[in-house]
Amino acid sequence: MTIDLWYAIVGSIIVALSVFAFLTSRHLMKKLLAFNIMGSGVFLIMVGLPQHQHGVDPVPQALVLTGIVVAVSATALALVILRRYVRAGGNPAP
Amino acid sequence: MTPILLIIPLAFAILTLLLPRNWARATIIPGLVLQVGAAVLLCIQIYHDGPQDYALGDWQAPLGISLIADGFSVTLLALTSLVAALCAVYAQYFLTRYPREQRYFWPLFWFLLAALNGIWLAGDLFNLYVGLELLGLSAVGMVALTAEKTTLKAALDYLYAALFGSLAYLAGVALLYGAYGTLSIVQLSEMAAANPTTQVALGLMTVGLLLKTAIFPLHYWLPPAHGGALAPVSALLSALVVKASFYILALLWLDVGALAVTVNAAQAMGFLGAGAIFWGSWQAFQTRQIKMLVAYSTVAQLGYLMLLFPLAIGVSEAAAHLAWQGTVLHLLAHAFAKAAMFLAVGTLVLALGHGRINDFGGVSQRNPVALFAFGLSAVSLMGLPPSGGFNAKWLLLQSAIASGQWHWFVVMVIGGLLTAAYVFRVFRVSFVQTAKHDIQETHPALQFSALALALMAIGLGFASEIPMSFMNLTDFTPSPGGSP
Repeated sequence: MTIDLWYAIVGSIIVALSVFAFLTSRHLMKKLLAFNIMGSGVFLIMVGLPQHQHGVDPVPQALVLTGIVVAVSATALALVILRRYVRAGGNPAP
Repeated sequence: MTPILLIIPLAFAILTLLLPRNWARATIIPGLVLQVGAAVLLCIQIYHDGPQDYALGDWQAPLGISLIADGFSVTLLALTSLVAALCAVYAQYFLTRYPREQRYFWPLFWFLLAALNGIWLAGDLFNLYVGLELLGLSAVGMVALTAEKTTLKAALDYLYAALFGSLAYLAGVALLYGAYGTLSIVQLSEMAAANPTTQVALGLMTVGLLLKTAIFPLHYWLPPAHGGALAPVSALLSALVVKASFYILALLWLDVGALAVTVNAAQAMGFLGAGAIFWGSWQAFQTRQIKMLVAYSTVAQLGYLMLLFPLAIGVSEAAAHLAWQGTVLHLLAHAFAKAAMFLAVGTLVLALGHGRINDFGGVSQRNPVALFAFGLSAVSLMGLPPSGGFNAKWLLLQSAIASGQWHWFVVMVIGGLLTAAYVFRVFRVSFVQTAKHDIQETHPALQFSALALALMAIGLGFASEIPMSFMNLTDFTPSPGGSP
């Protein structure tokens, strides 16, 4: 087992745990946190898995960078809507 | 030529965001004209010269972004520009009652168009992911526009479903890149073999995309989001946004992973589609709110799209070709008809001041044009001739017969009857003479933009040859068990 495969395995464990948290949590804030951790797991698989052939591959690093930007913006949007929802009298843990 | 279709919507998104309100309004019509013009020019170009590649900023793949315009993408580009332009005309008049929402509608509208065009033109799986995320974020923003408690909840559910779906898709992308070292759709369709890695990757991506396309039983987020949003937003979401994730799904199953998908998996997708048709129609038949009826109708109609997989995978080439043509036509006809239906219903709700179906008496006299638009779009949804919906279902039925899959034939026939059942609920009450309360006048532009879309859905029945001739220009046609 190479060190690169370890990244992928740890990444998939993180994804599995956070998918479980995402599906079982009722609080919308916890779901959002689970989504962020799930993103980290996916990114770890993405940078870890493709390295085993020819050293460090720059493409997945560029992809993950884009992925992080997307995840941050999505989180920001979710937080804004969540705040407005709670202010409008919504229950964050239905 | 190709990148201009991304530059126009992005430029106008920033313009409408930064310019003062009155100036921003003045940019809408020029923007729409540019957008439709560019799409038509690209169509003509592709028709004469065949499919084209374009490397954005001259950066070659894998680090650069490559755009591919073929027959299928330009068909969808033209559809997007047309539907969006008519929805925008409607929105201009509709949103005069919503000054605050209007401020943010236009930037989101243009970002949505940019994301859609980006998806139709993307040449690799990662750019499809970026397009999906941009699309999801702008669509959620549009649902949340009115900032009421119910729409905010619908927007949150939609956002969480979209985010979860994108990450599942991205996990599949990561696995495919790890296994094959490329994300280009053209290269992957030659390389992807039937091994566990490919199948797990395809499985993850499929689950994510089914969630984003709101295919039964993952449709829970769609009715509140599409039914609760403002009328032009609902029209855009139902007509175009859900089609984007279906487009990627079709690309994955019939092109990228054509060697790795199994007939059983394709049949399972068909069963999800049948479930969507029955459950969506039943819910549409039961609901009391007219906008929820139209939203559940979307759930049901999306089920027909899923029938592409059992009808095109593991069958003869002729049957697969018919299924493919029928699905494309259904996608186009549903986009026109559903946009028309949401716009017409939005006008009726505006005139009545409420959306309760049982109190729709009198609208046939006071809003005949909007009701007529609703009726014409219903004709196409039911699949009655002459309409785009009829031609689509005819081709799908022929395909089911050609491959001897009678169970899908039965599903489609029952689906058509169920559609008729829920649509006629509206007509039964709307032709009642006596109105229970005042019906307000609405701007004629609201009624006629809906009518124009409905006429396009009908007209597609006479002009089916045009999209079909474009489809022959794409190298993405299903062939049993192999890349084209």
